[in-house]
Amino acid sequence: MGRTPSSKEDAQALFHSLRSAYAATPVNLKIIDLYVGFAVFTALIQVVYMAIVGSFPFNSFLSGVLSCVGTAVLAVCLRIQVNKENKDFKDLPPERAFADFVLCNLVLHLVIMNFLG
Amino acid sequence: MPRSLSGFLVLLLFVSICEAASLFQPISDSHGSAALELFTPDHGSFKSLEETYEALRTFELLGIEKKPDVTATACRSISETVGSSSSAPKELFYALKANSIAKCKINEKASQGIITRLNAAIKGASLLLDFYYSVGGLVLIKDQSSKADVHLADAEGVFRSVKAFSQSDGRWRYSSNNPESSAFASGIALETLAGIVSLASSEIDQSLINTLKNDIRKLFDIVEKYDDGVLYFDDKQLDDRDYEGPLSTTSSVVRGLTAFAAVTPGSLNLQGDKILGLAKFFLGIGVPGDAKDFFNQIDSLSCLESDRFSIPLILSLPSTVLSLTKKDSLKVRVNTLLGSNAPTLTVKLVGAFNSGSKDASLVESQELKFDEEAGVHILNNLPKSIDVGSYTFVFEIVLHEPEREKVYYTGSQTEVQIYVTGLIKIENAEITVLDSDLASVETQKKLDLAGQNAVSLSANHLQKLRLSFQLTTPRGLAFKPHQALFKLRHESKVEHIFVVGNSGKQFEIVLNFLGLVEKFFYLSGRYEIKLTVGDAVMENSLLRALGHIELDLPEPPEKAPRPPPRSADPYSRYGPKAEITHIFRAPEKQPPKELSLVFLGFTILPSLGFLIGLLRLGVNLKNFPTKAVPATFAILFHFGIGAVLLLYVLFWLKLDLFQTLKLLGFLGVFLVLVGHRILSHLAATSSKLKSA
Repeated sequence: MGRTPSSKEDAQALFHSLRSAYAATPVNLKIIDLYVGFAVFTALIQVVYMAIVGSFPFNSFLSGVLSCVGTAVLAVCLRIQVNKENKDFKDLPPERAFADFVLCNLVLHLVIMNFLG
Repeated sequence: MPRSLSGFLVLLLFVSICEAASLFQPISDSHGSAALELFTPDHGSFKSLEETYEALRTFELLGIEKKPDVTATACRSISETVGSSSSAPKELFYALKANSIAKCKINEKASQGIITRLNAAIKGASLLLDFYYSVGGLVLIKDQSSKADVHLADAEGVFRSVKAFSQSDGRWRYSSNNPESSAFASGIALETLAGIVSLASSEIDQSLINTLKNDIRKLFDIVEKYDDGVLYFDDKQLDDRDYEGPLSTTSSVVRGLTAFAAVTPGSLNLQGDKILGLAKFFLGIGVPGDAKDFFNQIDSLSCLESDRFSIPLILSLPSTVLSLTKKDSLKVRVNTLLGSNAPTLTVKLVGAFNSGSKDASLVESQELKFDEEAGVHILNNLPKSIDVGSYTFVFEIVLHEPEREKVYYTGSQTEVQIYVTGLIKIENAEITVLDSDLASVETQKKLDLAGQNAVSLSANHLQKLRLSFQLTTPRGLAFKPHQALFKLRHESKVEHIFVVGNSGKQFEIVLNFLGLVEKFFYLSGRYEIKLTVGDAVMENSLLRALGHIELDLPEPPEKAPRPPPRSADPYSRYGPKAEITHIFRAPEKQPPKELSLVFLGFTILPSLGFLIGLLRLGVNLKNFPTKAVPATFAILFHFGIGAVLLLYVLFWLKLDLFQTLKLLGFLGVFLVLVGHRILSHLAATSSKLKSA
């Protein structure tokens, strides 16, 4: 128990430094992060619902969760591509990345809708 | 059982009689009663004048006395149609046709009016049927009113315009702008042209008549044939509207030919076999069940029997089954098509053959005696060479007055299938149980196969059973029936059937039980014995229970075959089947509705959080393009995405994949265009900013 205060402080310090470092992130990346969080939470709520009532229309459950997860993955890809510090995609304009994101989302959701039943 | 077998044999006999009777029978009394049933007026009149004409004509041709009296109502509707100035040529045509039989009075003024109207109709006609009804109407009125002077002004011109419908293959068209031609139209055209010739005031050019004869010859090139000499006309069924069927088509052609032969006497030389072939077609139909078909049949037959052609004579037999035992005599009737008597003639039996074989004839050529009273030709005693069995008899008709051969057509030879039946003598029937060496007889019983028998035998597996009998035909020859079967039936209903073989008259079967123990499944006990002897020409076919035999067979070894499971009652498979009950899967348990709605609310929460987060981050739309063109594209881009998402919702709710993909194709192209415009614009601005 003697270690608790120091470890708590360490954790606080770590958290603080993370927050301050994150504050420097550009706003557009923060929007994407928020969007990813939104998608993941929606998926989690559906999983909880499934855990409570069972997976009867299984394809509906799958398509709901996969829609959220897919969206999140695509958003992460978008984030990688528009991040200025990511040197791999320096030559790629963010508009192009956004166009890819929109296209992929439309294709993904066509499949999702087909699967929804 | 014997009764059911004899019932079956009677049925067999009946079927074979029916088959043989497909030999062409002339029109008989049965047609008369059928006509009265088919042409029944509804409340004293027929539906139309066309039907009235058909009924009156059929009654007239069949000579029916007790016909329904429709003359009064028919006359009323005829005078209405004739008097009205608005009746079409078709109505006038059928009114006049009906009047040609009903013989009502048409006043002079009305007939003059009709003549003018029909003449005008001929001038304005462009279709074959217009010509047909108008010319037909004029011909009828010419025949009906003696005073009226009916002539076609430009007969040759009208003749040529009708002739223009003809095709090179003998068929005709209905109108000049319809390329489809038919044999039915040929009959109509011939009748029309015959009418024009009879109405012409001067002689029609002989060359026109000759080309027409040529057309008729070509028409007989497309006639359809059967093997038995039947001829008929039929059209290719191009579309249902104009297709009339072989009976109507042939009937139309026959009427046309008759009308044409009537106006050009002696010029149309149709061979007798063609007339006979067409007549056989109409007779082969039997009694049609439809009024129109019935009229066509009778009317055409009367056309063929008219003196325009040589009259075909039809040979028919009242019965094609003759019994040797009852000494039936062979009777042959010769009539014209409509059943009237033939001139004096002799029928010759020129040959008789065993069915299916083409050996030499079994009989000498001989003449049949004519019985004046009954009107039949009789051969009293069948030739000695004819025994029971089925035969093909060949007849020939010889007219007594050779000069009448031009008037009548007798055909060449007529083949008729004849069944000769008789009682078969069954003798020396006995059943014997023998010891294995066939020499020593254990038991021997005489059987009387004509009566009842109840033998009771017993045997073991080392013995043999022998059944023997002799079959002799009335002429004293050997007879081999279709069926000669010996049946053993165990108490447990297991049956064994054996074919009884023969050598000449002697029929015999020997059952060696030693070789049969396995086939009998080692079943000892009582076996019923049954014998079947049957044939279509055997009048005393039999199925007899002979008694029973007690069999003592050895115990079955280990691996002996088991008797087959007793099949269920064979009749039960015609009974109702067990009812099928459908089992549905129980529906899945659904969660309570409230819980689902609560979670629906929960799924909205993260999106609310997303919006709040956006506000916290201070997101704004300041970068939204301000210039008109890029702003429009930006809005269109967002609308496009919205539209695609809406389409997805519709896809989920009601559209199918193909509809969705089709719409998505259009939306996708639109979206790519506007997206490319707006995004490249944004990229250009940002790179400008960077370089600045």
